[in-house]
Amino acid sequence: MLAFIIKRLGQSVLVMLVVALISFIMFRYVGDPVASLVSQEATMADQAQLRERLGLNDPVHEQFFRFLGNAVQGQFGISYRLQTPVSELILSRLPATLELAFTSVVIALTLGILLGVFTALNPKSWASAGIMAFSLVGVSLPTFLIGIGLIYIFAVELQWLPSFGRGQVVSLGGWWRTGFLTESGLRSIILPAITLSLFQMTLIMRLVRAEMMEVLRQDYIKFARARGLSKRAINFGHALKNTLVPVITITGLQLGSVIAFAIITETVFQWPGVGSLFVNSVAVVDVPVMAAYLMFIAFVFVVINLIVDILYYIVDPRLRVGGSARGT
Amino acid sequence: MRTTLTGIVAGLLASSMLVSAASAETLRWARQSDALTLDPHSQNQGVTHTFNHHIYETLLDRDVEGALQPRLATDWYVKEGDDTVWVFELREGVTFHGGEEFTAEDVVFSIERAKSENSNMRQLHADVASVTAVDDYTVEFQMNGPSPLYPNNVTNTFIMDKGWSEEHDLQSVQDFGAGEENYSVRNTNGTGPYVLTERDPDVRSVLNVNENWWGEAPAVTEIIYTPIADNATRVAALLSGEVDLVQDVPVQDIERLAGTAGVKVETGPENRTIYFGYAMDDEPLISSNITDENPFANPLVREAMNIVVDRDAIRQVVMRGQSIPTCVNMPPFVSGWTEELDACPPVDVERARELMAEAGYADGFSVTLDTPNDRYVNDEAISQAVVGMLGQIGIDVTLASRPVAQHSPLILNNETDFYLLGWGVPTFDSAYIFNDLVHTKTDDYGTYNIGLYSNPELDAKIVSLGTMTDLEARDQVVAEIWEQVQEDHVFLTVHVQMLAYAMRDDMTLAVHPENQPNMTTITFE
Repeated sequence: MLAFIIKRLGQSVLVMLVVALISFIMFRYVGDPVASLVSQEATMADQAQLRERLGLNDPVHEQFFRFLGNAVQGQFGISYRLQTPVSELILSRLPATLELAFTSVVIALTLGILLGVFTALNPKSWASAGIMAFSLVGVSLPTFLIGIGLIYIFAVELQWLPSFGRGQVVSLGGWWRTGFLTESGLRSIILPAITLSLFQMTLIMRLVRAEMMEVLRQDYIKFARARGLSKRAINFGHALKNTLVPVITITGLQLGSVIAFAIITETVFQWPGVGSLFVNSVAVVDVPVMAAYLMFIAFVFVVINLIVDILYYIVDPRLRVGGSARGT
Repeated sequence: MRTTLTGIVAGLLASSMLVSAASAETLRWARQSDALTLDPHSQNQGVTHTFNHHIYETLLDRDVEGALQPRLATDWYVKEGDDTVWVFELREGVTFHGGEEFTAEDVVFSIERAKSENSNMRQLHADVASVTAVDDYTVEFQMNGPSPLYPNNVTNTFIMDKGWSEEHDLQSVQDFGAGEENYSVRNTNGTGPYVLTERDPDVRSVLNVNENWWGEAPAVTEIIYTPIADNATRVAALLSGEVDLVQDVPVQDIERLAGTAGVKVETGPENRTIYFGYAMDDEPLISSNITDENPFANPLVREAMNIVVDRDAIRQVVMRGQSIPTCVNMPPFVSGWTEELDACPPVDVERARELMAEAGYADGFSVTLDTPNDRYVNDEAISQAVVGMLGQIGIDVTLASRPVAQHSPLILNNETDFYLLGWGVPTFDSAYIFNDLVHTKTDDYGTYNIGLYSNPELDAKIVSLGTMTDLEARDQVVAEIWEQVQEDHVFLTVHVQMLAYAMRDDMTLAVHPENQPNMTTITFE
């Protein structure tokens, strides 16, 4: 077990290094930070001087190792755009993103599983057909269209919910600012959470439906029916339980992408999370923020994958590397 | 009797509540992006200056006509007997938000800070040799030579309190290389009409009226500033009544907003032109099929392009009426502007074809046009329209469209043959345009002379403008330079860009030519 985890950890570190290297090379092609930093009046000499001060004239590998060295110590430098320390910026924006991701995963899981089970049990009903058609919309419509559509219906026309921002936030312990404790905060999260959850929800729903229909055809379900067990016990006690294994895996992996790809939802709703921070930074080539953000996202994926791998190892003996006998 | 009394009391209460409601107005102000920093001298950028103008103040200011107005300075003049010294007389009885008295020492400190190495404002004060406080309310600026137009350069240089700044180690401006945050990035102490009470960068900032401000008490007593990056969301926030003022209105939404009940739109020209530039040196172009010479170096080709671009069509189709077509690379606010320079020759495709044939390019040539797609109003669409127009005379243009972050390096490194750029003129003087766009490219001049236009005779005239004190003679030289620039077709100018502010229809706010509206000027019905 220990050897397995150490091996996986080693791989994770390697992945992080590769991500750092690729993103670092990529930044050379997204633009020139100096061009966004200087004013219209700056002379060529002023620009050259700033370039030198930022260390942009050093060879790429030197810049890369300097970046890595600082990153290991949690130092990501100063944002070119907002002039504040990058690690502080990301930490202050993280609660907004995590609360949004958490809410939308809860919505996606609850509705996804309920609707999935319903459509699997009643495959021929009108309601199921309607839900399936609706789920197609959820999978195929781009997020920003859904977001703008919701804003126009619920904020502009009906004026029920706010169109942007996070509402009033409350500080918890000085470092976590939550919107869950105020009315305006709760009202503000509804539209972005629905927008962000729609894709995951329809995905989970379709997955549950397919798995469930598969399971319902299995012999042990037929046997349970023959044994005269109640419908409820069969559907939820036996069928759903066996359906959930792949659902948990997918949800775990999707959690990473909900955090990483909240970018569009955050931009449309002016949600003050790390995604909108990243978008604003790209526009002005704020390299320190971009680098730190990509490292952070890579870290999220690596950690989630590591946990999933370890869970598999615990759940399924067949996956144990080198056979079960040597596992400790 | 009893009921009447209660009625009267209730009526009185209600009326007093009405009064307080009318005198305390909150303005919820949204625009595309946030101020980058609150440090007054770190960034020379419009959005940042606009926000900081509400907290800090400058010696002089510009009104909505673009004219200089007294602010912290009440009078300014060239010293008698020495035309290299500017004297500023300061307003008395002004205090900073922290209670410190405003004196000449603060001005000396602030100008020196603005001149320091990491400041982005330093270029505007490059001609200042030293600043001295003559007495508490008089400051003398010793210039390197006669600088008759220097007061134009102080309209965005904010005055900080010397004592407060020294207490927080603010003598120098934020250094990006050093990796430390300067105290003034998030903390302020100005003399302005509003005091910062809340600051969450990119999210929300709150300003409250400064009760001790020297000016007339503004109608707006509280400002809640929220950046909303997405165009559709920003407009939706105004339509749903969640904000009162949207400063950056997308062109395509102007008509719809103007037709919406409860909302009105103010439009006006910005002090900025949109123009195309081309490489004019003798090196062959990078992106052309003509590899032995540079077609743009031939003035006939440039003249042909000038008369084939239909600016009125661009105004109507691309800009939906929101532009002022012009053929001179100078907004009408700038001194030196005349109607003759501004006027365009009629569009004449036949004549343009003849000019192309005369230049030896009857079959045309190919070239790549570099355009930004997120910097100016409808920038990419303007370029697309021009591609079609130039196609009529055989110039086969490939459009390369990039975000400004990638477009700017091409411009600054001279890696483009043909490009779109916008140019604002913060000093409202022609010399500003000449220095950066017309003068031969050197370390100190011609930073944005991407086409490498070079005319030594003009260079001498441009440099001489900096120190001419006889304003009439100076105007004459400015006119001569413009004449030559127009004759050589140094720029293919398209239009002056328009600004639009959308707001609740019970308030008024005029469009400011530098896009720096001051919320103290807002009135309510």
